[in-house]
Amino acid sequence: MSVLVNKNSRIIVQGFTGQEGTFHAEQMIEYGTNVVGGVTPGKGGQSHLGKPVFNTVEAAVKATSADVSIIFVPPAFAADAIMEAAEGGIKVIVCITEGIPVQDMIKAKQYIAQFDCRLIGPNCPGIITSEEAKVGIMPGFVFKKGTIGIVSKSGTLTYEAADQVCRAGLGISTAIGIGGDPIIGTTTRDAVELFMNDPETKGIVMIGEIGGGMEAEAARWIKANGNKKPVVGFIAGQTAPPGRRMGHAGAIIGGKDDTAIAKMNIMRECGIAVAESPAVIGEMMAKEVKS
Amino acid sequence: MNLHEYQGKELLKRYGVKVQEGHAVESVDAAIEAAKQLKNERDAHIWVVKAQIHAGGRGKGGGVKVADTLDKVKEKAEQILGMNLVTPQTGAQGKRVNKVLIAEDMYYGEAKDRHEYYMSVLLDREKKRNVIIYSAEGGMDIEEVAAKTPEKIFKEWVDPATPLEPFQARRIAFNLGLTGDAYKNMVRFVTMIYKAYVELDATLIEINPTLKTSDNKIVAVDAKVKLDDNALIRHKEYADLRDITEEDPAEVEASKYNLNFIKLFGNVGCMVNGAGLAMATMDMIQLAGGSPANFLDVGGTANAQTVEAGFRIILSDPNVKAILINIFGGIVRCDRVAQGIIDAYNNIGEIKVPIIVRLQGTNADVAKEMIDKSGLKVYSAIELKEAAELVSKVVAAA
Repeated sequence: MSVLVNKNSRIIVQGFTGQEGTFHAEQMIEYGTNVVGGVTPGKGGQSHLGKPVFNTVEAAVKATSADVSIIFVPPAFAADAIMEAAEGGIKVIVCITEGIPVQDMIKAKQYIAQFDCRLIGPNCPGIITSEEAKVGIMPGFVFKKGTIGIVSKSGTLTYEAADQVCRAGLGISTAIGIGGDPIIGTTTRDAVELFMNDPETKGIVMIGEIGGGMEAEAARWIKANGNKKPVVGFIAGQTAPPGRRMGHAGAIIGGKDDTAIAKMNIMRECGIAVAESPAVIGEMMAKEVKS
Repeated sequence: MNLHEYQGKELLKRYGVKVQEGHAVESVDAAIEAAKQLKNERDAHIWVVKAQIHAGGRGKGGGVKVADTLDKVKEKAEQILGMNLVTPQTGAQGKRVNKVLIAEDMYYGEAKDRHEYYMSVLLDREKKRNVIIYSAEGGMDIEEVAAKTPEKIFKEWVDPATPLEPFQARRIAFNLGLTGDAYKNMVRFVTMIYKAYVELDATLIEINPTLKTSDNKIVAVDAKVKLDDNALIRHKEYADLRDITEEDPAEVEASKYNLNFIKLFGNVGCMVNGAGLAMATMDMIQLAGGSPANFLDVGGTANAQTVEAGFRIILSDPNVKAILINIFGGIVRCDRVAQGIIDAYNNIGEIKVPIIVRLQGTNADVAKEMIDKSGLKVYSAIELKEAAELVSKVVAAA
């Protein structure tokens, strides 16, 4: 089981022949991920890393029956790549690219809503189902097979949490890096829901940070759905200075749930075990699963 | 990227938005010239001298003054240029004023015939759409209006596939209680503001006050504009609008090395890879009894050069009593980072504050061995918990 990707997923890489795409595609293949090809406009018909290259996602899907795509396209063209993947029939689109203009993402998000697909990211480390499929840029060796699902906005903090969970004697079913941009495809709540419905996942680590209301939304959803599995939560940014990112008027929208302390309080009220320090995520999860 | 008021107004004018006209200057002589010029061009006989800094609440701090003679323009410009302006948004240390905007006065005629409105455009993260926030209660702190009388704040969300539609612009003008020429001018004003927001790739346009003059014009008297840094790739011409004198010198230095640095006011410096882990590390420092001196994300390309630059920037802060390096190696190899630390140590010479090094992930064991063998006086840790305990120990001893 696990969620979103597994050993049967058929994966293409958009931006396949570029430096980033090449490096990470190699790492993914080495991990055992079923990469079936890639897309680079203008290089269709060539072969790269022993896999076929296509001009368009549509052609790649037709030839390989790909259902998952990972995007390593420069920021100016990444929103377009997301829309192409959705229109081309991809079901799970993982966008790694960092630095996409906000207005581009607003449009792309609305455009892909008409297709039966799920976007992860952008500006994220990707998804990994331990020992089956790595569709991302995370260090694969950290993720040992197990029963804990991780959802996180941050890359290295995901690796940190996964490492602690594994050292605590547990392992990871799937880890989803949802990304830290203002507009993202899959929210914390969406990811939590996937894990709650996955029979292989027995506990969930939910890592957030200051800004936005996604963690509060996820926490309320967990409570409303009966706290079916233990959840450990951590919010980074208790010491972050206020007002460094959002403008004056920004505080009007969603301001009340924005701070780390507010989010942690909401999580506690919703029956989530809150880790005050990032150093205790693993041991708390172990305790929660055993109790 | 934050823009000054005068820069924001220049950009808005290109979209046909009516603004309070003026000239930005850096000297008292130029201020008088600008006032004369406004007199010739615009028949101005009352002027406003406005400090140009990246912070709101300038009027409250004495950074905005009205002058009704050229002598007074001189006097006010002398007062404001070079002053250290403290406003509710600058913090206690204030900001030095290097430029003033000499602007025409728009508050002519009878007070009862004028009105100040509030208007802003920004992203609503929840709805994933741009939203226009507006109110008839302009000219004051909008957060206060929102807290005390939320019913006086209106919002209009815009479909990303279309511009602001005419019916929406009409609704905004009607909700603000406007009629006649003022109504027509407001419809045009808000339509242009929204167009400018999208085409400039702004993340915020805030016009407070948006003024209805006594002769029913709708004018941007102030302009706070922020541009999306990610979109500067397609607006290269705007890169010049950056004013680095408004930024912390350490942050400017860090940006040269692609380091994401924010200066804080604590006693433990930190250097981390990844923004989330960096924030988490700051939190951990606080829980361990210290207080973070900075946020520093060295990104996915930590190497000897960036580690050394990071060290130098952190050490330039005299408040720093200890440094914690926390790297979770993925693509970044810990042995490379360890080599960077050893090189930096040798290049910088004597580092007097204790250093805690926590390297985990790819090649962590090799890295720890390198650090241990180097003879450097550093505390090394592998697990985050050990690093936290070391911070407690070091802070207690400092």
